[in-house]
Amino acid sequence: MTTDVTKQEDPMPTATPTRAPHQDVPTGHKESRVGAGLFDPKQLLKSLPAALRKTDPRVMVKSPVMFVVWIGSVLTTVFSFKDPGDWFGWTISAWLWLTVIFANLAEAVAEGRGKAQADTLRRAKTDTVARRLVGESEEQVPGTELRIGDRVVCEAGDVIPGDGDVVEGVASVDESAITGESAPVIRESGGDRSAVTGGTKVLSDRIVVKITTKPGETFIDRMINLVEGAARQKTPNEIALNILLASLTIVFLLAVATLPPLADYAGTHLNMVVLVALLVCLIPTTIGALLSAIGIAGMDRLVQRNVLAMSGRAVEAAGDVSTLLLDKTGTITLGNRQASEFVPVGGTTEAELADAAQLSSLADETPEGRSIVVLAKENHGLRERHQGELFGAEWIPFTAQTRMSGVDVDGRRIRKGAAGSVVAWVKEQEGTVADDADTISNRISQAGGTPLLVAVEDEQGARVLGVIHLKDVVKDGMRERFDELRRMGIKTIMITGDNPLTAKAIAEEAGVDDFLAEATPEDKMALIKREQAGGKLVAMTGDGTNDAPALAQADVGVAMNTGTSAAKEAGNMVDLDSNPTKLIEIVEIGKQLLITRGALTTFSIANDVAKYFAIIPALFAAVYPGLDKLNIMGLSSPDSAILSAVIFNALIIIALVPLSLKGVQYRPVSADKMLRRNLTIYGLGGLIAPFVGIKLIDLLISLIPGIG
Amino acid sequence: MGPVLAGVLQLLALIAALALAYVPLGNHMAKVYSSDKHWRVEKWIYKGIGADPNTEMRWPAYLRGVLAFSAVGVLFLYLLQRLQGVLPGSLGFKAIDPDQAFNTAASFVTNTNWQSYYGEQAMGHVVQTAGLAVQNFVSAAVGIAVAVALVRGFARSRTGELGNFWSDLVRGVTRILLPLSVVAAIVLVACGAIQNFSGIHEVGQFMGGDQQWNGGAVASQEAIKEIGTNGGGYFNANSAHPFENPTPFTNLFEIFLLLVIPFALTRTFGIMVGSVKQGYAILATMGTIWVGFIALMMWTEFAHHGPAFQMAGGAMEGKETRIGVGASSIFAVSTTLTSTGAVDSFHSSFTGLGGGITMLGMQLGEIAPGGTGSGLYGMLIMAVIAVFIAGLMVGRTPEYLGKKIGTREIKFAACYILITPALVLIFTAVAMALPTPGHSMTNSGAHGFSEILYAYTSASNNNGSAFAGLNADTQWFNSTLGLAMILGRFLPMVFVLALAGSLAEQKPVPATAGTLRTEKPLFTGLLVGAILIITGLTYFPALALGPLAEGLAS
Repeated sequence: MTTDVTKQEDPMPTATPTRAPHQDVPTGHKESRVGAGLFDPKQLLKSLPAALRKTDPRVMVKSPVMFVVWIGSVLTTVFSFKDPGDWFGWTISAWLWLTVIFANLAEAVAEGRGKAQADTLRRAKTDTVARRLVGESEEQVPGTELRIGDRVVCEAGDVIPGDGDVVEGVASVDESAITGESAPVIRESGGDRSAVTGGTKVLSDRIVVKITTKPGETFIDRMINLVEGAARQKTPNEIALNILLASLTIVFLLAVATLPPLADYAGTHLNMVVLVALLVCLIPTTIGALLSAIGIAGMDRLVQRNVLAMSGRAVEAAGDVSTLLLDKTGTITLGNRQASEFVPVGGTTEAELADAAQLSSLADETPEGRSIVVLAKENHGLRERHQGELFGAEWIPFTAQTRMSGVDVDGRRIRKGAAGSVVAWVKEQEGTVADDADTISNRISQAGGTPLLVAVEDEQGARVLGVIHLKDVVKDGMRERFDELRRMGIKTIMITGDNPLTAKAIAEEAGVDDFLAEATPEDKMALIKREQAGGKLVAMTGDGTNDAPALAQADVGVAMNTGTSAAKEAGNMVDLDSNPTKLIEIVEIGKQLLITRGALTTFSIANDVAKYFAIIPALFAAVYPGLDKLNIMGLSSPDSAILSAVIFNALIIIALVPLSLKGVQYRPVSADKMLRRNLTIYGLGGLIAPFVGIKLIDLLISLIPGIG
Repeated sequence: MGPVLAGVLQLLALIAALALAYVPLGNHMAKVYSSDKHWRVEKWIYKGIGADPNTEMRWPAYLRGVLAFSAVGVLFLYLLQRLQGVLPGSLGFKAIDPDQAFNTAASFVTNTNWQSYYGEQAMGHVVQTAGLAVQNFVSAAVGIAVAVALVRGFARSRTGELGNFWSDLVRGVTRILLPLSVVAAIVLVACGAIQNFSGIHEVGQFMGGDQQWNGGAVASQEAIKEIGTNGGGYFNANSAHPFENPTPFTNLFEIFLLLVIPFALTRTFGIMVGSVKQGYAILATMGTIWVGFIALMMWTEFAHHGPAFQMAGGAMEGKETRIGVGASSIFAVSTTLTSTGAVDSFHSSFTGLGGGITMLGMQLGEIAPGGTGSGLYGMLIMAVIAVFIAGLMVGRTPEYLGKKIGTREIKFAACYILITPALVLIFTAVAMALPTPGHSMTNSGAHGFSEILYAYTSASNNNGSAFAGLNADTQWFNSTLGLAMILGRFLPMVFVLALAGSLAEQKPVPATAGTLRTEKPLFTGLLVGAILIITGLTYFPALALGPLAEGLAS
């Protein structure tokens, strides 16, 4: 990661082993594909009260299309009261009200799914008592009274009372309340792991936390608002779609409102009930009813993947992203380099080298160290010895000064480390450095690996035994993923602190389009600005404080939950799992959200054709018998035709609720293929489906005596 | 050769001629609107009207130019008609009544050329040539200018500047319309159309009785009438009159003239936005609808019932024998799918469904290929709407030609598509609801209603053709139709220019594999579907009570 440039260059990192942020990175395709939030029909029933509450006109007015239906329902109801014997008026009124309720139900169900999550979060937000520091003494205050800048003490068993940064100490913290991940994480003062979230629990040690957010605006509060949809604002694209739908509604309103004088001239009188029924069938009620549910469900799909979007705008922007900046470590490669090869130099045998390398690594708990032990065991059958077996061994730990580690045992002193340091050490002991050590090191560097030199000093003097090839291991399936992204028109750029040679080798192996080597935060920022200047939208992940400006500049900035609060503030999404690979899924969810809107809009508009063929002959065939030729569905009677169209219009909303919650199926293919597919299903399907649906409903209701 | 085959062959010849003219004319127009050199005569004009042709205009300034110029045009034309009695060269015709003068002024300035007067019985040489003919040129040039401004909105980035209205207007006349008209007029004269300043002749008829013929600068006006998609005939009979349209060849030639600029503008558009393929996609959309409508029209006009029809080989009522059913069908579809409104046959006499096709053609917004300029901008607005819906279906914020279709853009496009349906439907409904306007109908029943629906459809869409039969010279129709023409012309232009301004300010989004490909046949198909469904369905109930009721009756 760019934040750890120096660490990357260090062959032997010293970082305290925190919970590795990137362990849980299944990149398998099928299981991580965007898809199902399961829909349970019982949710419909459970959300009914909420749906009924939403029939309040002050709520309805927010959705122009459904507000028109609401007004229509009121009108037909009033009209039916004036003519109470007219069963047709009552039936139409009832179905119009059902249309309104179905629409509200869709929204209520979408919101209900968030509520369950909100409840879990609320439990984490139980009233805490904070131990505030005043000078050096503590005082007990309720968590709600904390102010920004207060310092509080948390010890093992305490719930952290508010969001903040650790300013003193190290502790393991249970963050399962927000992440659902039970393994504790380490939080320490300074560095990139200093942020703590209110509501999480300290498991060990003692830390002092400086509060950085006001009560009521903490991370958990914002999460609750988000998943409940309380903080939901319409996104730009949703507003644009609403404008188009409103305009279509007005067009159809005009078409219907201007009809009575025309009908009167033709010699038939259209009453209010029939006009409202025609209007409701024509205006785009399907998409109008489901629009907000689609938006809420989109956010919800992110939440299900443990990603919190701070705004719906960010989710939409994710769909538009054309450049992805991906950190090499953890995203493209497994978090750590692994030993792949022992290359002996100067007459040493490979087994000799492997033995020395394993011995020197026994006390090395870093993943690199472990991988050396494992490689020696697998390739050379060297049993892993326990540190205790080696009597009198003195373990030399890695330090930033020596840049080496090793062991002194049985009169042998074994060292392994960065080439420069080891060579210097050998020369210091007046030993020999084989000529090929340098060439082999260079070869490994050029291939994108990291060379570690192993040297020994024994009775034969000091000498370099050979080189361990540490290699970045590209995760399985990344190449296919990048191919998919390319087909979707998204360019991937790998960001790494490695030198250009190493970076190039890994970039080629992983199949990314481009890379940025020896990346500093400034480079990253410049890259983002350059891409944006070309009109592209850029997404990135980051966790360090020095990532913050770039996260803020990117159109989609996903901060890792393990990151600093500065990074979390700057990004517009937070990934609770701290899994940078998820950026790809976020893009897919963004696209899916837009596709679902477009598909249902197309479906809704295409539906109108069939409805005209049902209603127009029903209204006018009596005066112009020729128009009965338009009754191509052969609907049994005018009343039944109109009623069938209205019923179809209402039922299709309920039928499409699962789709609007789940989202239209998304596959990473080119725009052309996607359009062809969606046009066929939702355009052509939208044209044909109502012909079938209306006919079936007509067949059913024509069985009712007095209608057929 | 049967009449059907003759019709099809004429259609093929027409398509071939249009195809030949497409590239050179399209390229020429792109050059006209991209060049920064002024002709000397143009400089004189700029000096004369006090305009600086080099300042770039943002959309409000451009719009002010359009509106100011058109307002002056209406006023001038109105005064000219009101003062006709005292003007020389008026053939003794009196001043036109205020309501009719308003209607005619609105009509010619808006490129509608609806005529509630009989040209040969009301308008003298001065009004015809200094008033009506001048507007034939400039109203067409205004339309192209607005279209070009929208195209520049797509082509330009990070600027709000859309070009200079005065330069676009003048060049449209001097470099496109005038040269084409001169050539076309010569061809027409050579083929027998008249061109003189003679007075009224009393002529005896075969069957006894007298007839009055008057001469005039007919061929020249005929040329620009078609080229500028104007449609206002010198004579009341319009292109059915042998002085205007003497032979089957001139008939086909006139159809060619009225289609050539609107089709070729798609090439101009393609060149100016840097991708001729995008122009082809728009052309294909226009062409598909145009050919489809012609096929439908020929089918309904050739195939119908009754012995009289069959004896004549088609629905010959209201059609000229020298032109025939096939060519009349092509003319009728072309004139109503453009904003021309010239007629060589009487739409009222077409079969019920045929009349409906002419109405639907106008109701689609006259975009296939539409009026000079207005066809292109109307089609581009529909493309914006289709892109918006289709773009969502590929999972991106919709983009067209590298420009994002966001809230602002969709707001302007949505307002645009509201205007003409609102005008047509509201005026029609009010006319039907009031007691007196109905007295103007010649027919009763569905056909009578079609007369009124046609009139407001024609006026609001700036077509100008009439479903003959309606007596439109009443205060009610002169006023409301005049109003419909003005609102139907200039309100859409407001939104087109606002959209252009908003697009020009954007920075372009580079195309990727995830971008909707708007130059592909799939998009053309989608656009055709969107146009037919969105605008077609708006009028379905009204059409059902007029032409559909009539056409499906038998």
